[in-house]
Amino acid sequence: MARTLVTVPQGAKRGEIVEIRVLIAHPMETGFRAGPDGQRVPRDILRRFTCRLDGEVVFAAELFAAVSANPYLAFPLRVDRAGTLTFTWEGDGGFAQTETATLAVS
Amino acid sequence: MHSYNRPDVDDPRRRRVIGAGGALLALAIVRPARADAGELAAAIAAYTGGREARPGRVTIDVARLVDNGNAVPVTLRVDSPMSAADHVRAIALFNERNPERDVARFALTERCGRAEVSTRIRLATSQRLVAIATMSDGSLWSGAADVVVTLAACLEGDI
Repeated sequence: MARTLVTVPQGAKRGEIVEIRVLIAHPMETGFRAGPDGQRVPRDILRRFTCRLDGEVVFAAELFAAVSANPYLAFPLRVDRAGTLTFTWEGDGGFAQTETATLAVS
Repeated sequence: MHSYNRPDVDDPRRRRVIGAGGALLALAIVRPARADAGELAAAIAAYTGGREARPGRVTIDVARLVDNGNAVPVTLRVDSPMSAADHVRAIALFNERNPERDVARFALTERCGRAEVSTRIRLATSQRLVAIATMSDGSLWSGAADVVVTLAACLEGDI
């Protein structure tokens, strides 16, 4: 399990737009670099990130090798209702990880 | 002073060969820039299906001078009301001189409320970035930014 950091601002009023920030520990090995033995290090990147609110996709990203190691994403979300946010990362070598967070409305 | 023993150094044929070599080298230096711009245009055309994106509405917020190409903060903004009827469906970011033209593609919904995405990217060298936004009505808009990179990504061993 890779370490993740998910920031969902709490206490937002209905209709307010909050910024959700997510970070995951991952090397994002490009597949273009040579290792100590001179051989290319095989590619190992995250390909896809999806954010769902109660199962409905609200934001998604397709990532390529040009995204930095430990991919960081910040995106806005309008708080219309409370619910559960699900964050999913998928990548090379069958990488898949899901985190959840609660979105509250005050 | 070995040249005293080498009468061939002033041979005009030798001079010509050296001159031709210099011209070839100059060509080799000039060529990639044009090829990259073509590749970038081709990658964007492949993404848009050959349709032209109109310049405007898209802003790439990135430092003009980047110290470290391994992690360059980038924010993409699109001028859009983000309503159910009129919102940004996708933003794609392309580069000119990394090994691959694609950087990232974002899918937005009207639930986002605002069209603004931030991330950190790698830049192999000084180059141009182009972002293409696809609106809910299918129209395409583009924005660009030029970045100077002093320490390139992909060179260091362990990052």
